[in-house]
Amino acid sequence: MIIKTRKDIPSSEITPESVYRERRSFLKAGAGLSAGLGAMGLVPGLASGQKGDALFARAPSDINLASKPQWLVEKVAGRKDAPESGPFHAKDTLTPFEDVTTYNNFYEFGTGKGDPSNYARDFRVEPWTVEITGECAKPGKYTLEDILGPHTFEERIYRMRCVEAWSMVVPWVGIPMGDLLKRFEPNGNAKFVAFETLVDKAQMPAQQSRFASIDWPYREGLRMDEAMHPLTIMATGLYDDVLPAQNGAPLRLVVPWKYGFKNIKSIVKIEFTRDMPNNTWNDLQPREYGFYANVNPQVSHPRWSQASERRLPTTLFAPQRIPTLMFNGYEEEVASLYAGMDLSRNY
Amino acid sequence: MRQVRGGLSGRTAFPRHQNITLNFLLKPVVFILCLLPAARLAWAVYLAFTGGENMLGPDPAQYLALETGEWAIRLLILSLAITPFRYLLNLPVLFRFRRMIGLYAYFYVSLHLLVFLWFLLGWQWGDIGRELSERPYITIGFSAFVLMTPLAATSFNAAQRLLGRNWKRLHRLTYVCSILGALHVLWIVRSSYFDAVLYGGLVVVLLAYRLARKNSRAVQQFTLWR
Repeated sequence: MIIKTRKDIPSSEITPESVYRERRSFLKAGAGLSAGLGAMGLVPGLASGQKGDALFARAPSDINLASKPQWLVEKVAGRKDAPESGPFHAKDTLTPFEDVTTYNNFYEFGTGKGDPSNYARDFRVEPWTVEITGECAKPGKYTLEDILGPHTFEERIYRMRCVEAWSMVVPWVGIPMGDLLKRFEPNGNAKFVAFETLVDKAQMPAQQSRFASIDWPYREGLRMDEAMHPLTIMATGLYDDVLPAQNGAPLRLVVPWKYGFKNIKSIVKIEFTRDMPNNTWNDLQPREYGFYANVNPQVSHPRWSQASERRLPTTLFAPQRIPTLMFNGYEEEVASLYAGMDLSRNY
Repeated sequence: MRQVRGGLSGRTAFPRHQNITLNFLLKPVVFILCLLPAARLAWAVYLAFTGGENMLGPDPAQYLALETGEWAIRLLILSLAITPFRYLLNLPVLFRFRRMIGLYAYFYVSLHLLVFLWFLLGWQWGDIGRELSERPYITIGFSAFVLMTPLAATSFNAAQRLLGRNWKRLHRLTYVCSILGALHVLWIVRSSYFDAVLYGGLVVVLLAYRLARKNSRAVQQFTLWR
């Protein structure tokens, strides 16, 4: 597996992983003593640099949620660290918390990068229900605690490549999607798994927009073998805290070898299907966005090249413009899933 | 004396005291207003260069491209709106700002192109050639820039006198540029058509007004009833 480490980023721009780790062990100790500490001390101020918001619409570096379930905060704080080596731990420089949480595409809250962090301030994740349906033995409505409770949380540090040619490196906290899906006992007919985002026009203002061409809810899907792959997770936290609303609280898919739009947010429905499900961007622009959406520098998006990417945060005079890697650098792990497929047709 | 069609307003059309108010008060105000967005961005770029506060976010090139492009289309539309407003509101003085606003539109289009070539493509000529030829929305945007260049170059008084009637014909290219600009905006839509509807709609209305005025005596009467 090719892992590129960049050294030319100014030190003032990044959160050194060591600082993040120190903070994390401090927090772990704190969480052990008192559960409340984990909820308080977390991330604000963790990301150094990248201040200033005179021009760029940015929310304060805080978690946008009306409330945080205490059990979830504790589980996130008690998670298992990403292993020192291997694909679960990208060695690239982490994108600071502030950038991960203020530069978002989440069209339910608006199309501007700052809209989600600005308009998701009071997003409610309590109560949260996920409907499990389709080709499985245990369909039904499950609470967030039903979904996440039985699992041990794991940290995964992944590259995330947006189809718009920018990328980040994010320390997620979540559970292997395979472990979750197996609990609902999908049957032999389940060839795909489809996901849907919450529809709530009161909380998600852009769902009311007359100018949006998206037919809500936002939909995404994976082939079963993709969903069961060890790299695929259901994320519920990032850095040291629960997911902020703008990043897809409380449940968000992360498939690191695919373009970011596959990583559907704020999931309320999971369906096991026989046939390939629709996905929102493919419905909107089939020529531009496929079902697979694997990161592939050789297949250009009609409106922008996919050969390179801007690794965020980038700067004007020392731009982090780096070559995009096949399957976002996870080729060794996932190329076999697509053996024999023409990836320029199945984009 | 009243100007009937959108011809040039010679200096003699205005009394001296009006010229003084214009040249020493109104024109500088409009000049500074149009400059403000660029000045803000220039300050942010200066801070980025000197390692100061980051005002541009984590993806500064993209942000600069969006901002400069947005101001370019706004000013281009504003320059097209001068003539209708001059007649509808019977304010010949508006003509005195048309050149400045048109030149500002060209200024922001140039900044937009500069940001694209420098900060987004890093002067990689191979990439630039590919982007220009393979991506229609970039081809369209670049064509608008190319078409605006002779307009900016012939905007001064002597060129107007020299070109005579042809000056006006040449400067009708603005109509083409505004259509290209609106198409450029439409083409980059991901899912929200708000900007495209807003800017495209304004271009359609402003061009339709000209067509109607040219072909309909009623519209001419209406706008000249004062």
